[in-house]
Order: sequence, then structure tokens, then C-alpha cells
Amino acid sequence: MSDFLDLFSLPFMQRALLAAFLTGLAAPAIGTFLVQRRLALLGDGLGHVAVTGVAVGLLTNTSPTWTAVVVAVLGAVLIEVIRERGHTNGDVALALLFYGGLAAGVLITGLAGQGAAQLQAYLFGSLTSITAGDVWFTFGLTVVLLVATLGLLPQLFAVSSDPDFARVAGLRVRSYNLLIAVLAAVTVTVAMRTVGLLLVSALMVVPVATSQQLARSFRTTIAGAMVIGVVAALGGLLLSAALSFRATVAPGPTIVLLALAMFASTWPIGVWLRRRRRLLSPFPSVEVHTHTVTVEHPHEHGADCGHPAVPHEDHVDYVHDGHRHAVHGEHYDEH
Amino acid sequence: MPVREAPPVEVRDGSVAIGGRPVLRGIDLTVGSGEFLALMGANGSGKSTLVRAVTGLLPMTGGRVALFGTPYADFRDWQRVGYVPQRSSAATGVPATVWEVVASGRITRRRLFRPLSREDRRAITDAIDVVGLSDRAGLGVSQLSGGQQQRVLIARALAGEPDLLVLDEPTAGVDLGNQRALADALATFKARGATIVLVAHELGPMSPLIDRAVVMRDGRVAYDGPALDEEDAHGHHHPLAGSHDHVPHVGSPLDELDGGR
Repeated sequence: MSDFLDLFSLPFMQRALLAAFLTGLAAPAIGTFLVQRRLALLGDGLGHVAVTGVAVGLLTNTSPTWTAVVVAVLGAVLIEVIRERGHTNGDVALALLFYGGLAAGVLITGLAGQGAAQLQAYLFGSLTSITAGDVWFTFGLTVVLLVATLGLLPQLFAVSSDPDFARVAGLRVRSYNLLIAVLAAVTVTVAMRTVGLLLVSALMVVPVATSQQLARSFRTTIAGAMVIGVVAALGGLLLSAALSFRATVAPGPTIVLLALAMFASTWPIGVWLRRRRRLLSPFPSVEVHTHTVTVEHPHEHGADCGHPAVPHEDHVDYVHDGHRHAVHGEHYDEH
Repeated sequence: MPVREAPPVEVRDGSVAIGGRPVLRGIDLTVGSGEFLALMGANGSGKSTLVRAVTGLLPMTGGRVALFGTPYADFRDWQRVGYVPQRSSAATGVPATVWEVVASGRITRRRLFRPLSREDRRAITDAIDVVGLSDRAGLGVSQLSGGQQQRVLIARALAGEPDLLVLDEPTAGVDLGNQRALADALATFKARGATIVLVAHELGPMSPLIDRAVVMRDGRVAYDGPALDEEDAHGHHHPLAGSHDHVPHVGSPLDELDGGR
């Protein structure tokens, strides 16, 4: 145990914790808008495109982080243009771009004379080899991301939930769509060092999916997703560090698996919550002229009789065995 | 004579083509201030296309549109226009409450990076109240029925306090109880002096509110005048007009293109 605590005094571990915290905060914030627009796989596609960016960096001996940002942003713009021009389904065109990005990345890395090991650090993350410069870079981009997503939340919400309405409301829908795509590209490169390009989409989408199991409003969904993202990123890193005394455990996959485990554990709760809400949502008020009295009814309904009490106009209906029973004087009515 | 306000909607010789095929031709339409206009017609007659052209969602290929006296290209006063798109649901990929969806309608009057003002909150609460969903404001929209979700979409448009409200088939597939609630909301809104353009297949409980009806047929205005009763506007003409889609028909020797079943 003391070995584990000693880890916190190591500078590389402190840098890794900071980077994981920032990534866990930023990725679900933009991911919420991607899920809202039903573009959950956009992050995945941008990750593939960014592989080419990393390879270009390795080939030209410049910082792979910066070249990845540039190429991912260009990819995001291209994807947005294809999405807007392609009238029916742009997903085939997007798929072409994704695989082109991955193939070109692997090819260029080979040309650069770099081995698979070098590329792997970007494909699956290498949290523990992060430099102080990388942490500052991550910090800067996270601040930009959070200011943009949280500051423009009303606008981004309107554009993502109903583009036609937003356009008639006078918003520049195309610019906002482009902003979301570019922010997603920036997030991909921020998360590249933490969980890696191939797993980055998980950190953008899985916390949102987990959060919306329990939340019913947009605000709680996005806030919950950010909390879950931070818990998964920090927890995954610490878990992999604790386990690494016995075996080789990479932080990136641990973070993603931990996020998935959180989703798996909230899913049944979400199913139960949604079922309960559906059962307890008020019955519509319709004019009924018949008055049907139940047959003999030995059970007495009440606040804690265990049967769902559903609001119906000015009274409650107790639901059991497919009947809706309402108190009427000494007897129960069938409603 | 007092100076009259410019008409909220004015279309002169408007035409719209989709994918090179002319859909609307020679549309002349003026909607006066405070008027409640029903835009009717069979499926494919061009009524939705016309409101999408008026709101700028579809480009006009000919003619011109002016909103509140300003040509479309120069029009910036979008907070004066409320739009209810044709949608079956108000829900999206992420949960949102009724209040949040209606609040997004306030976007026309909000400035960037500013929280909701007290005035914004009052308008949002008022809009939810007008459509009669005050007791559901905190519920998720996906928990509501289809008709209630349509009322949420109308409240969203009302939250921006527009002078002109354009509704694209809000009553399609909505039960009678919710249609009555929609009619009540529009009556309240009309009483405040607003102009309403309603695209509808059938009027139902809305009919007493209608000042004027425009019936579209095959991309042209077929009737423009006082509100008709249901039988005249819809049932009577329907067998003649039929449905019209914009796909070119390919005939082979054994096919009957007209009336072949």
C-alpha cells in the first residue's frame, strides 16, 4: 500500500493525474452535443483522421500534437461539409474518410522510419510519459473547450436539438455546427495522450450515456457526464497504477473499461426509473359518462398500499392487475 | 387614414424548385397584421414548401418575399418570427425537460454568454402556461404524449414573444383533447394581436379562429378567401387533387400511370 501512495509523489504520476482530470472534464462536455445530434461516432472518425496528423508530425519531426490538431480540425471541417452537402446519407463518405485517415497514418509512420511502438503511444495513449509542456497544452485546450461549450450552451442546445427552428430564430446554424465539429476535433487531440485516438470516442460518449440513464434534464445530463468522465479518468489511472505492481496494465483501456462498467451498473437503474415514470405519468382527462363500480373489493387502497397511485384529473387512480380503481365514497370506480 | 403597418408576410410571384423541378409557381400571398391564416391543401400540394420558403429554410427560385416590409435578404428581426417546424417529437438524443426546450425558444432575444434574465424567465413561464403545461414543466419531454410534445414546440416559439407565428402541421396525428388545447393556446396568442399562419390538413377545433383560408393545389394557390367549412376545403376536392409527389414516373408498356391500382 505504501508503494501505491508513493506513486503520488512521483512527478510523472502528478502530471498524468492532471491530464486525466482535464480530459475527463472536457471530453463529455462536447460529447453531450454529439449525442444530442445523434453523431456519437463523430469523435471516433476524427480520432482516425488524427492518426494521419500524428504521422505527419513524426515524418516532419515536428510536434505530433500540433499536427494532429491541424489535421483533425481540417478533417472536422471536411466531415461537416460532406454532411451538409450529402442530402441523404453522408455516412458512407464519412467512413471513407475515417479509414483513409487511419491507413494514411500507418503508411506515413512507416515512411518516417518510425515503428509501431511510436504510433501506439498515440493510438492507445501513454499517460505516464506526458511532459510538463503537454499538461499545459491540455490545460489550455480544456479551458477553451469549457468556455465555448458551457458559455454557448443555449445556442448549441438550440442548434443541436432542432436546426430548422434555430435557423428561423436567426442563429447561424452552419457556423455553430462547424464549431461543434472543430471543438470535437480539439477534444480528440486533447484526449489523445490520455486514452489514445482509437478509444477517445469512448470518453466522449460513454459518460453521457451513463448520465442520461439517471437524468431527465439536459443540464444534469451534461454536468453528470462531466463528473462521471472525471471519476472514470482518475479512477482508471489509479486502478491501472495499483494493478501495475503485478502486471502490465495500460491506463487508457482501464479508463474506458471503468467508464463502461459505470454504464453497465447504472443501466438497470435507468430501465427501472423510466418504467416507473411511465407507470406514474398522469392519465389523460376525458369526459366519461358511464359509472362503473368495481365488483367486491376486499383490499383497501391507500397512500402506502403498494399499488402505483397515478394522478387522474382531481383524484388518483390505483393501478393493479390491469385495472384503474378510484375511490368513490364507500366503493371503488373502474376508471 | 392611419399609417398601416407593413404586412408580416408578402410573397410576390414566388416560385420554388427542388432539385430543378418546379414545385411552387406564381404564388402571390399577403398576410395582414393580426390575421389568422390557414394554409390548406392535400399532401404534396406545396403548403409546407411555401412556409419553408417564407421562413427562409428553402431558397426561392423566383419572385420575392418580404417579412414586415423588409425584403428577405435584408431581414434581421428574427425575434419577430416564431416557427413551429413539422416534427413528430420534441425529444432528441439527450434528455431535456419541458422547461429547457421552451427556454431554447428564448434564444432569439438572448445575447451571447449571458444568463437568463428575469424577463426571459417570465416569458418562458408564460409560454408554458399558455399551452397549459405548467404542471409538467419539470418533466422530460420524452415522457409526454405526441400531442403534448406539439404543445411544447408551440410554447418554444411563443417564448420568443414573436409578432408572427408560423406553424407547420402542428395538429397532424394529435388527439382531439390536445387539438383543443392547441386551439386555446392560439386563441390566447391571437387575442394579443399577433399574426398566425397555420399549415393544416384539417382544422378541427381551430376552425372558429380562422380569418382566412388559402387552399393550395399542385403548387399553386387554388382558393383564397373566407374560411371554408371542412367539406369544401378538403373533403370535396380531395378525390380530384389526389396526392402528388415530385418523383418522375417511369412507365412501362403494361403500367397504367393514371389511376392504375
